[in-house]
Amino acid sequence: MSGEGAAGGGWTGALRRRATRALPPDKLLPDAQPAYMASWIYVFGVLTLAALMIVLVSGGVLALKGPAWWHVSGTGRYVNSLHLWSVELFMFFMVVHLWGKFFMAAWRGRRALTWVTGVVCFLVAIGTAFTGYLVQQNFDSQWIAGQAKDGLNSVGIGAFFNVLDFGQMLMWHILLLPFALGALTAWHVLLVRLRGIVPPIDATTPPATPPAPAATREAAG
Amino acid sequence: MKRRHRRPSAPDPAAFPTRTYDLLKEFTIASAVVALLTVGLAAVFSSPDVKPVTLASWARADGTDFTATAVTELGGTSTTATYGPPYNHTPDAAQKIGPVSLQNAAGVRIRVDTANDFVLRPLRQAPEPPAVTAALTTWTAAAPARQRAWTSAYSDALAKANGAAPARGDFGPVPVLVARLRELARAGALDGQLQAQGTFYQTDYTRPLLFLSDGSHLESLARAQHLKGDQWGMMNETGNYPGQAWLWLYTFWYQIEPFKSSGNADALIWAVMALLSLGLMLVPFIPGVRSLPRWTRVHRLIWRTYYREQAVERGRRA
Amino acid sequence: MAGHPHSVEEGAVRFVAAPVDLGGTGHYVHWGVVQLSVANLVVIGLMLVVFVAALLLPFPRGRGQGRGRG
Repeated sequence: MSGEGAAGGGWTGALRRRATRALPPDKLLPDAQPAYMASWIYVFGVLTLAALMIVLVSGGVLALKGPAWWHVSGTGRYVNSLHLWSVELFMFFMVVHLWGKFFMAAWRGRRALTWVTGVVCFLVAIGTAFTGYLVQQNFDSQWIAGQAKDGLNSVGIGAFFNVLDFGQMLMWHILLLPFALGALTAWHVLLVRLRGIVPPIDATTPPATPPAPAATREAAG
Repeated sequence: MKRRHRRPSAPDPAAFPTRTYDLLKEFTIASAVVALLTVGLAAVFSSPDVKPVTLASWARADGTDFTATAVTELGGTSTTATYGPPYNHTPDAAQKIGPVSLQNAAGVRIRVDTANDFVLRPLRQAPEPPAVTAALTTWTAAAPARQRAWTSAYSDALAKANGAAPARGDFGPVPVLVARLRELARAGALDGQLQAQGTFYQTDYTRPLLFLSDGSHLESLARAQHLKGDQWGMMNETGNYPGQAWLWLYTFWYQIEPFKSSGNADALIWAVMALLSLGLMLVPFIPGVRSLPRWTRVHRLIWRTYYREQAVERGRRA
Repeated sequence: MAGHPHSVEEGAVRFVAAPVDLGGTGHYVHWGVVQLSVANLVVIGLMLVVFVAALLLPFPRGRGQGRGRG
């Protein structure tokens, strides 16, 4: 599109310029934050990320040894426990993060897409956890599959997404959904960096800043 | 700054006073904390793993239920046999949301013929004692109406006998067929036959799981573990482990009217949850809902330092 | 299979006997239409406690850097 022009470099150059303009290094990895960012509620996003990492690593170890390993090995059972509890922590932190962002009306100031991607992450995480329960290969899986099929069949999804098919669910659980969740999470985090930390409700631009636009009252509602 | 087209609804955070904040350090500490918590919780509590039910364990533990279920599979009256899409065509079985049936729209894509898939084919694939061969011949030769009369009479007799040997009646070959099926199941052969379906590698448990779900054995085990739909079971886990607590709202609808007694509960609740999920996603655009944070004033707590300093500033200027 | 170190009966259960056994009979609370497992109740309660604590506990203040660089 804009391969020619002052900078050149073809599509690649245009992409690089766009990316660095949107997220210059000190905006992507800043070493300072607005002073109003001073509450423990801010740490739940990063805690969610940390838990996701541990979910992926423990799930990766389970994948290394295959789906039946944890039923017949003490080590396997422990790794499965790591996977379970990191998921519980992941959902725990994500929900507290969601509550926090809701009460901060964190979608203000062109941050709606950040909120939307966050909610989609939450929904995809629920789906990923659900498929995990389906591929445990135990009584719990049998029962959950038998129940869940009715919900999914009733709206036509079950015809394509068969919770009674272990192979299909395993693929969704260890490939498709984690990939989607990872991509959405990366997008969500990049959006946070792109727009910066949302200022307090009713905050106005500090007067002393030279090039600031006219003070704008934000509107949460 | 250059590319701003619209008036923003919040000031630019870059215009505010800053303080040092080490994101990488924060992430490292968070990772260490979560790793320690995970390692500790896993070591202290382990994880649940209740053994699966097999057709063999079912037939051994509750032969009466297995036999009764097998008769309904053969007679085409079991839950699966009358399920409708995606397993078979059963008039009026599909759920609807108002006039719309997405279940019907998706069609029959995982065809299950319970008489053949669950009973007759496994019997034919196993070594056949002469009595079973004769029973299979009689069954195949009979008209569908006659077959249904046999299975229905035998179902009634079994129910009346309540676990004991049923009274004599005109059951045709049905008792021989289901007795042999139970024998195969107890020996563990039926598990293999239902899973293999003519192939060697196998990853699809649709048929054995449907068969298991049609009986009441699996259900009674689930009830004991508080996993049934009417026990808020969707969010529960076996034993004393926490489950999918995040499904609280989804499982909640099943406990109340009009869903509780509706034949379309699954579809209706799906529709409600889809709408609510969309609502959560679109909170920033929903008037009233997007103003809740301002009204609840929880933000005054979160940013209390900022608001306090602003008040001091204002006081100084005044 | 008897004595095989990896059989389910012989292996996993004994190897990982957890200090706190959550595998027993579940405990539930009934409150009108609401039925909750004690385990889920603890998790949900902890979430609320942690949320409120995050709102109330003072956050350590870092070094100021003056005006933003925007």
